Amino acid sequence: MNPDGFFLYLLVMAGTTYLVRAIPFVLIRKKIKNRFLNSFLYYIPYTVLAAMTFPAIFYVSSSLPASILGTITALALSFFGQSLLVVAASSALVIYLAQLVL
Amino acid sequence: MSETTSNQMGPSSFGQGLRDGLPIGLGYFPVSFAFGILASSGGLSWWQASLISLLNLTSAGQFAGLDILLSSGTLMEMAISQVVINIRYSLMSITLSQKVDASVGGYFRYVFPFNVTDEIFGIAATRPSISRSYWRGIRVLPIVGWTLGTLMGALLGSVLPEALMNAMSVMLYAMFIAIIIPICKKEMPVLIACLIAVCLNTLLTYVPFLKNLGLSSAMGVIVCAVLSSLICAVLFPRPMEGGTDES
Repeated sequence: MNPDGFFLYLLVMAGTTYLVRAIPFVLIRKKIKNRFLNSFLYYIPYTVLAAMTFPAIFYVSSSLPASILGTITALALSFFGQSLLVVAASSALVIYLAQLVL
Repeated sequence: MSETTSNQMGPSSFGQGLRDGLPIGLGYFPVSFAFGILASSGGLSWWQASLISLLNLTSAGQFAGLDILLSSGTLMEMAISQVVINIRYSLMSITLSQKVDASVGGYFRYVFPFNVTDEIFGIAATRPSISRSYWRGIRVLPIVGWTLGTLMGALLGSVLPEALMNAMSVMLYAMFIAIIIPICKKEMPVLIACLIAVCLNTLLTYVPFLKNLGLSSAMGVIVCAVLSSLICAVLFPRPMEGGTDES
């Protein structure tokens, strides 16, 4: 790829992506007072995480049973209050081992 | 919030941010590794691929951008594709603008948005407030994981065993589950909001008519999240902060 062209594409790509992230953040400096909007903003991070995880988590491994075992591990350990790292590491270990066995 | 959110310890410290970023960084690695492989097989050099990852820090946008770059699309196509794919970050930035404390000001206001990603947002926005030190901490390992993954993917290609890459990519999702479950146990409305979001996304993923709408998976996630959050904001409005408006 010719370097001049590359940098032009990179500039447009990174610049656009930055502006999409930055414009609302730089402009909105006051606390939003509207109750409906605040409620919406309260739920958004959790619903984003939930929708990002399901059903995508069932496809992390080419073996569906391994993915399901990893999912169950994560759900169970989180339910019993384990930390992010413990949950993430255990689930990865279970998937890794399950892939070797199944 | 009092002075307990200092720079050394506590929920808003650099160290807490760093810890929160670790599973994200590990989870990013296999995805950016795949990006590196794709970029280098398309003819980009290792430094070009890594520079794209360092400066963009986004998955869907980069894969689409790479396509346009390699097929010599127009710059206008590039800009439009990035706006459409990444417009969800605007929503996240609005939420984050409500969460940052007074330490996020001055020039940092302009640096901060560089590192808004789905995953960093998801973790950071569930914290009670976000300080400059916390944000400096949480972004470190995702940036390293994302850029290093791309570099190694471009240089090494497919040398890591698939089983290992899969195991690493589950860490991201396992971490999300670990964030959602405790609050779902405590707050029924959040549980309902999450269940609606998951049901909607499942429909969007499997029902042929909806699948054919051609939404990217990242955009599908946002559509589902926005819908379920709107529904729950109507059904279960939150008490206003300060507690004077409970009625």
